[in-house]
Amino acid sequence: MTLRDVVITGVGAVSPLGVGARTLHERWTAGNSGIRDGEAPCADFEPTDHMSAKQARRADRSTQLAIAAGNEALDDAGWADGLPYDAELIGCVLGTGIGGISTIENNHDQLRDEGAGSVSPLAIPLMMGNAGSAALSLQHGLRGPVFSVVSACAAGTHAIGTALRMIQHGEAEAMVTGAAEAPLTPLSRACFERMGAISPSGVSRPFDARRDGFVMGEGSGVVVLESGDAARARGARILGTVRGYGSTGDAHHITAPHAEGRGGARAMQVALRDAGVEAEHVDYINAHGTSTQLNDRAETRALKTVFGERAGQIPVSSTKSAIGHLLGAAGAVEAVATVLALRDRIAPPTIGWEEAEEGLDLDYVAGSARKLEMSNGRCPVALSNSFGFGGHNASLCLEAA
Amino acid sequence: MATTTTPQDVEATVIENLVAFGADADAVSRDATLEAIDVDSLDLVELTQVIEETYDVDLDGADFKNIKTVGDVVDLVVARVQA
Repeated sequence: MTLRDVVITGVGAVSPLGVGARTLHERWTAGNSGIRDGEAPCADFEPTDHMSAKQARRADRSTQLAIAAGNEALDDAGWADGLPYDAELIGCVLGTGIGGISTIENNHDQLRDEGAGSVSPLAIPLMMGNAGSAALSLQHGLRGPVFSVVSACAAGTHAIGTALRMIQHGEAEAMVTGAAEAPLTPLSRACFERMGAISPSGVSRPFDARRDGFVMGEGSGVVVLESGDAARARGARILGTVRGYGSTGDAHHITAPHAEGRGGARAMQVALRDAGVEAEHVDYINAHGTSTQLNDRAETRALKTVFGERAGQIPVSSTKSAIGHLLGAAGAVEAVATVLALRDRIAPPTIGWEEAEEGLDLDYVAGSARKLEMSNGRCPVALSNSFGFGGHNASLCLEAA
Repeated sequence: MATTTTPQDVEATVIENLVAFGADADAVSRDATLEAIDVDSLDLVELTQVIEETYDVDLDGADFKNIKTVGDVVDLVVARVQA
């Protein structure tokens, strides 16, 4: 069975670098950071700029971010005047790590302080982990496969990979996919701090010897995927291609990655095989690169396993150096950043990388963005990695148009 | 509290809350149908919570069975408050 090719026709993002996918791309490429006081909020985001007051009221912040990123992605795909295909052939798969945690916390406060009668009747539809995909389906009338996926910090990449499969197999003609997370709440902060995951210095320094944990951020990334044939037939502008996807489980530890990055390496290998791309033709790696001791070491080892001698010659950078760790939304926002970077033939920098550590000796794109030199007019290809608590590993193989 | 509540008070409370839930302030009036101002079952559950709290009355879903307009909601609440 020949699988259909799947192209990216629209991107949207709300990130700590601002509202908009191009804002994310341009500001990261310029070396700007969205991290303030040890966290990375979407400080510019005003929900009612993007939706009605009623819609904002019926959405947890995570869903509000998804709605805004989704609107941008659909506009970017040229869908503003209506869906280009039968609504039953367009679905939505979004990822999240936690779901509506601020809604849970606020309602728990109400329950404790005022009693059960004061808990909001809207609490369930706001807090449920599938609220994001439901909101985009409702707003845009998407009647194909609609659901959410939950796999901690790999959720965004799993969502896009799942959407890819649905188009490849003909279950959908197009998919709106990505992820959202809004975890900057007292409970979430305390929980991640207690487990020692958060950077005490408040600096996100992926792959640097001084790294001491991740900086938590919020945001959403959404992409519009379409069957290549259908997109070309309607004359859509094509940003890139989702060439392949790999997903594996570590079966090693609930929070720690396998020390050799075994599962992560295998996710990349599966993605490359799925894409029909040789390792030697990978031009850029958008790393998971969390700035934690364990991830960055394991991911570096995994890259060496997959690329061997050539690992040191491929630019590897982490978006988290600019926007912190968006948990479940990370993979989606990073896929958006990767697609736009590939289009511009650029490897954005790992901001703040200065000190090498023994064994962490890849080309982490220190200092500033670097041009990707392409020979023979070939379009650049990248892997975008995400690894989550639970031992969930996912990798996307993306190619610029 | 109920003894000093007037129908005007109730109307003001109902309208204020429907607007807070996102209904268009210019479109909300006694004669407006709930459908026309996009007030759905979730809005009514929220409104019920506020009314019960404010006027110390009990309402349930069946009470809203024949409710069509904002005025119907106000009349229902006034009847309960005065009962």
